[in-house]
Amino acid sequence: MDLLLAYEGLIAFVGINGLLALSIYATLSCGQLSLANAGFMAIGAYTGALITLHAPAVPFIVVLLAAALAPSLVAVPLGLPVLRLRGVFLAIATVGFGEVVRLVFVNWDFTNGALGLVAIPQRTHVWTIYLALAVALYVLGRLRGSRAGYALEAIREDETAARTMGIQSTAYKLSMLVLGAALAGLAGALEAHFTFIVSPAGYGFGRVVDMLVQAVVGGAAVFYGPVIGAAFLTVLPEVLRELGARLGLSPGPFRLFLNGVILLAVILYLPSGLASLPQRFRRRAA
Amino acid sequence: MTLVLANVSRSFGGVRAVDDATFAVESGEVHGLIGPNGAGKTTLLNLISGLIPPTGGTIELEGRRIDRLPPYRIAALGVARTYQNIRLFGGLSAADNVVVGRHLKRRAAPFWRRLLMLPSARREEVRAREAAEAGLARVGMRERARSQAYGLSYGEQRRVEIARALAAEPKLVLLDEPTAGMNPNEAAAVARLVREVAGEGRAVLLIEHNVRLVMEVCDRITVLNFGKVIARGTPAEVANDPAVIAAYLGDGA
Repeated sequence: MDLLLAYEGLIAFVGINGLLALSIYATLSCGQLSLANAGFMAIGAYTGALITLHAPAVPFIVVLLAAALAPSLVAVPLGLPVLRLRGVFLAIATVGFGEVVRLVFVNWDFTNGALGLVAIPQRTHVWTIYLALAVALYVLGRLRGSRAGYALEAIREDETAARTMGIQSTAYKLSMLVLGAALAGLAGALEAHFTFIVSPAGYGFGRVVDMLVQAVVGGAAVFYGPVIGAAFLTVLPEVLRELGARLGLSPGPFRLFLNGVILLAVILYLPSGLASLPQRFRRRAA
Repeated sequence: MTLVLANVSRSFGGVRAVDDATFAVESGEVHGLIGPNGAGKTTLLNLISGLIPPTGGTIELEGRRIDRLPPYRIAALGVARTYQNIRLFGGLSAADNVVVGRHLKRRAAPFWRRLLMLPSARREEVRAREAAEAGLARVGMRERARSQAYGLSYGEQRRVEIARALAAEPKLVLLDEPTAGMNPNEAAAVARLVREVAGEGRAVLLIEHNVRLVMEVCDRITVLNFGKVIARGTPAEVANDPAVIAAYLGDGA
């Protein structure tokens, strides 16, 4: 119990980052590199914060649902044109979307511009985050092996071949973009009600890169991989901070250096991510 | 079931890859499509399956125009295919490839039933997997059902691709060089399978370079050269057609 209190912030961020990594996994699972999720997260965070600030009586569950719904509604008109793009072009277009969202919030007086919204009451608890994460994991896990799950894998492997098998690839890709947007928006609102603030600076390009790196390091081939990656990369800097302090090293550079080295090692030696580790050991043992 | 192509053309820039092609494929028929390299055979298959639209002419399936439909709609009307340059889902197992092939035939339970883990959803999945294994058995690949598609030999990949196409229970199957890279035994097994598939009342449109196999298996043959239909008829008629001999061996022959 003491441990939980001492590390409450860290534990909460593991969960929030897990949700965010899953949000990007949603589109990765059908082979789409969409980087709109920091924008979706911002829309969710602002939606949730605005409701709480202007209508404090609204139950938190309704706030969270609205925060998931708002970016989903934006994802449909965004996805219809941009999901026609492939590979790096989709990535560029969705990065552009993220920047547009950020700039809208920077310049919008209603949301207090670049300063953002402050003094949001804390309504998120650690258990709220982990309940949301558990639900997200369960839904994504049940997709595997279903008709839709097979269709998503087929699109990821070869979209053209999938289409000649009767798979309506655009509908599947759009559904996953919408699902990812909902998860990112939910994570955004959970974070906003945990850290008390929302500001446009928190939803820049760096944020979506974090999500992507966590998903890839954890392993985007299985639904639980991104959560492992998020946990690993959220906890690692803290462990290194501690380690560096004991060794008497200046915390900043050492931490960043080791973080980079570990990241590189995982990408080079575990291309399928941390989630593939058990399988690797089993193969070596056999 | 009839597939009717009327004056179908497709240009790529200044090249007429398919030029005014007209022919029909009937149910229960194995229809060969032959011609020298670059004659437009694969382009024609891509036109029929909707991967590219024709620049002229019409394609009808059972009296219905399909030449402007997207590939997934054409598939839903009962057209399945294989690819000359094999397009299996490499990261999936052989069995999973065939399960994907059944996409249109699966009457999957709604997703909320899966979320509640109702047995009805489970049963449907088991059925789909059993059907896939049966499909693999038909092409002699049951033992390799669990193998990843990437790891299979060339001939094995072609057989899985055929199983994947048949899994949709199509009315029309388009086979693009199904025996390329196979040894004579494997090729003979494919030839038997093709006859069997036609015997079920399906139409088969077969591109094949193995002349002996084409002559044995096909009911009728259409010959393409430079995108144009230069001959059509029974194997015997086509084999003796002077235009065909000239196209294959050159005018001096």
